[in-house]
Amino acid sequence: MLVNPSHAVDPSKERHIELLSDPAHPVILETHDLKVFYGQKEALKDADLQFNEHEITALIGPSGSGKSTFLRSLNRMNDRVAKVTGEINYRGIDINQPDVDIYAMRRQIGMVFQRPNPFAKSIYENIAFALRQRGVTNRHELDDIVESSLKGAALWDQVKDDLNKSALSLSGGQAQRLCIARAIAVKPDILLLDEPASALDPVSTSQLENTLLELKRDYTIIIVTHNMQQASRISEYTAFFNMGRVLEYDTTTNIFTNPQIQITSDYVSGNFG
Amino acid sequence: MDNEKLKRELFRPSKAAKQERRGKFISFSALALIVVAVSAIILFVTMKGLAAFTQNHVNVIDFFTGRDWNPSVKGANGQPEAGALPMITGSFLVTIFSALLATPFAIGTAIFMIEISPKRGAKILQPVTELLVGIPSVVYGFIGLMVVVPTVRTLFGGSGFGILSGTLVLFVMILPTVTSMTADALRSVPRYYREASLALGATQWQTIWRVILRAATPGILTAIVFGMARSFGEALAVQMVIGNAALMPTSLVSPSSTLTSVLTTGMGNTVMGSLQNNVLWSLALVLLLMSLLFNLIIRLIGKKGAMK
Repeated sequence: MLVNPSHAVDPSKERHIELLSDPAHPVILETHDLKVFYGQKEALKDADLQFNEHEITALIGPSGSGKSTFLRSLNRMNDRVAKVTGEINYRGIDINQPDVDIYAMRRQIGMVFQRPNPFAKSIYENIAFALRQRGVTNRHELDDIVESSLKGAALWDQVKDDLNKSALSLSGGQAQRLCIARAIAVKPDILLLDEPASALDPVSTSQLENTLLELKRDYTIIIVTHNMQQASRISEYTAFFNMGRVLEYDTTTNIFTNPQIQITSDYVSGNFG
Repeated sequence: MDNEKLKRELFRPSKAAKQERRGKFISFSALALIVVAVSAIILFVTMKGLAAFTQNHVNVIDFFTGRDWNPSVKGANGQPEAGALPMITGSFLVTIFSALLATPFAIGTAIFMIEISPKRGAKILQPVTELLVGIPSVVYGFIGLMVVVPTVRTLFGGSGFGILSGTLVLFVMILPTVTSMTADALRSVPRYYREASLALGATQWQTIWRVILRAATPGILTAIVFGMARSFGEALAVQMVIGNAALMPTSLVSPSSTLTSVLTTGMGNTVMGSLQNNVLWSLALVLLLMSLLFNLIIRLIGKKGAMK
């Protein structure tokens, strides 16, 4: 089915729900008029989204739709490569201001990347890395956090006897879970995941999804994914991106079963993208 | 299907196959030529270098430990005075000192070029470094003679000729090489290492210090050893500032010599086949073996440092 491109950029067709204020899951992060420019090119146009605490939000959309750009802007990983304007309110504080300490902010908003990227160090040192540079030197404290982080990422049972082995000897799925363990070792508030399962086989993917469902109790998770089933399996809310715009934002159930815009329906049913 | 016709077609000598054979032959010949030339050089230098020990009966231990270099005179033990220790010492001292001096500057410059200001690095520093690599060594030597030697004389006394001047000239000479190789090593650290570290809340400095330099260590070591190999083998510039006295260096400003400087000053004054000539070949052999050793070290570092 052919989609008329003008249809996609028509702002009148955008549909956002206002998240219901839910005392159990208050809004923890919201963006307001977030725009991202790569040079002259506007890669993201006026994104307004809200994210609830301890829930999983999926960002879906075709390649180049701006969803990864949006995600990377949330903890200001785009600072050196792009111009980001607008507000990013994290617990009521706009963190997109020049005088925000981005290093301290990234301890609250951690990130896991598409490609598993462990450091060429031992498994133990990969997790201890961020703690050490924060001045944690007590061996017992480090041991405890390494263990609890690996348990949180469901990797402990597989590697507990090989903590001093090189992290590069792990399989893709294990390496990605190590990266999650590394990210949660510093106890962030929010975890951003940029297509974390796209380089993994189906078994590792389903293990990763179970891990995320476990982690949701302690962390707020925002995940970019190309995998429709993944979005529908794990997320409470889903935002559909296309051509640099958020076209539809709703509960995952509504996006997948009752999309209000034709192009969303086409995308989730696999007719384009 | 006509089987015979197909067979003829498949087995017909084609132009492409002929061209490919010719191409393979040409590239193989080029390779063979290099292999033959290198082995011939090694064989020749080895044979000439060993002649002093086999024909002229110079004692090998005396050669490496003797402190008196005067091959035309027989010493107290009836053997020619052919102690190469002063030159070997001189060569090692200028090499090590110049590498020690160049390394921090090279790493600092490379970090600035690659991590801190990539734009200015690529626009200004890169071309400057490349220009410095291309300056002929006689120019460095001349500047050393006219500027470094008088300055050292004024500041530290002595004649100004010696290890210190040699070190300073070599430092400037190897700095661009070490810098650009270090920059290559930093550039080859995958981008995702930087991202992973920054996403964990590490500052840029922590990322450079604990992740990037760590990952680039094999490459940086290779750059340093490469610079040392260049220091060790440099002849002309060193010869112009070191003083060329075949004496054990007593201080950093006493005139001394290196293996290369003795070779360049001595080779015109000896007759092929004589003892005086043969011991020069022995020095050349030491140089050759050292450069093979440097090469070996570089390979070992490369192999050991490869990410597992």
